[in-house]
Amino acid sequence: MNAIHLGTWDLLAAALSLALRLGVHRQILVAALRMVVQLAIVGMVLRSVFAAASPLATAAVVLFMVGAAAREVATRPKQRLKRHMNYQISAAVVACAGFATVLLALTTAVRPDPWYAPRYAIPLMGIVLGSVLNAASLALDGVLDGVVRERGRIEARLALGTPLREALGPLVRNATRRGMIPVANQMSAAGIITLPGIMTGQLLAGMDPMEAVKYQILLMFLLAGASGLASVGAALLAVRALGDERQRLRVDRLRV
Amino acid sequence: MSSQSAALLSARGMRSPFGGPFDFDLRAGECVAIQGPSGAGKSVLLRMLADLDPHEGEALLDGRSNKTMPAPAWRSQVVYQAAEPAWWEATAAEHFSDEQRGFVDETLAALGLSAALLDSEIERLSTGERQRLALVRSLAAAPRVLLLDEPTAALDPDSVAQAEALLASCLAQGMAILIVTHSAEQAGRLAQRIFHLDGGRLATA
Repeated sequence: MNAIHLGTWDLLAAALSLALRLGVHRQILVAALRMVVQLAIVGMVLRSVFAAASPLATAAVVLFMVGAAAREVATRPKQRLKRHMNYQISAAVVACAGFATVLLALTTAVRPDPWYAPRYAIPLMGIVLGSVLNAASLALDGVLDGVVRERGRIEARLALGTPLREALGPLVRNATRRGMIPVANQMSAAGIITLPGIMTGQLLAGMDPMEAVKYQILLMFLLAGASGLASVGAALLAVRALGDERQRLRVDRLRV
Repeated sequence: MSSQSAALLSARGMRSPFGGPFDFDLRAGECVAIQGPSGAGKSVLLRMLADLDPHEGEALLDGRSNKTMPAPAWRSQVVYQAAEPAWWEATAAEHFSDEQRGFVDETLAALGLSAALLDSEIERLSTGERQRLALVRSLAAAPRVLLLDEPTAALDPDSVAQAEALLASCLAQGMAILIVTHSAEQAGRLAQRIFHLDGGRLATA
């Protein structure tokens, strides 16, 4: 496998961004570089953590992953809330959705021994966090961006005596839906348009297709649940941060 | 200044970083015009009165503080209409409840608007039509105090006259109106008193 040659594909994406003035070429290049370095480090760390099989080391890795995902969610939206509320919301959502989903999987479907076995806990957390990250950042961006765009409409409703909750309802529903779209696409495309990552990995590693499919179905349900939790959580917490006790829309809580 | 008991709406020490403190009374059936240069804080004052912006001090309706009632209850009695009213559904009709329909039809006629406008897409209406529909929407909420920000800026003289006649009839029924207007003539026709706002400070004329 020659990853260096495949890297030109990434450069192509960056060149496209430059040509079409999408303004994301820097982001794409930085992301590509980060991806390579991150994966190399992870490979080395996992090897030693798996070998040690210590609960403490597992917890440390998992917490680090959760922190990194939360940071990613917080910094993705264009709009930022003042007083680091982006970070607080992201940390709460990512941690809740991530831990709830992984603990559910470990204690019911997977049942490794011990339950925190790093070979299961860490990859599970990883794939769940991937979905959570997508869902939470899309939902958070949906609310923060939507509130700026829809400000006039929301305040027009407030001015006529509509409760804030009701005036923000369409926005919250839209943002939540946006957060759920990736996992919905992933599920409907699975097997026909794409072979999901985990399954591909297991097939490449020589596993029986039916076994691989079983794992994939379990995973998809976990990811759907996690995405739902993350979308709803991010949207609701963001909306809470943008309202006050007098049911005003506090756009001033966004940093300009 | 009127006595406290006769005041329908009172501002008491209302201030925010953008202006104030504001202290004044508005009686039932009274219209006060607010004039002043752009950026003087006229809209800020209206938004504070509607409790849409954070502020210090309080507003009283019939002597009852806005802080003693839920914000939506306050805002449905003290209705603020922005200079560029926004619409959240595709057609105007969807902004009204069935119970409001009778009132809406009457009011549209008073403003010289056809009822057919209700089912047109908002995007296709003229600015003047939208502005008058917004007035209908505000009045349909049956407010006790109406806070209007340049409600007739986009209208031709005939339409302005119709809108003013409608507002005058609301005043006669005991509504109080605070109107921000650039037109000294309009202020003279509608208002019993005129406030001048400059640099966030209020002066009564």
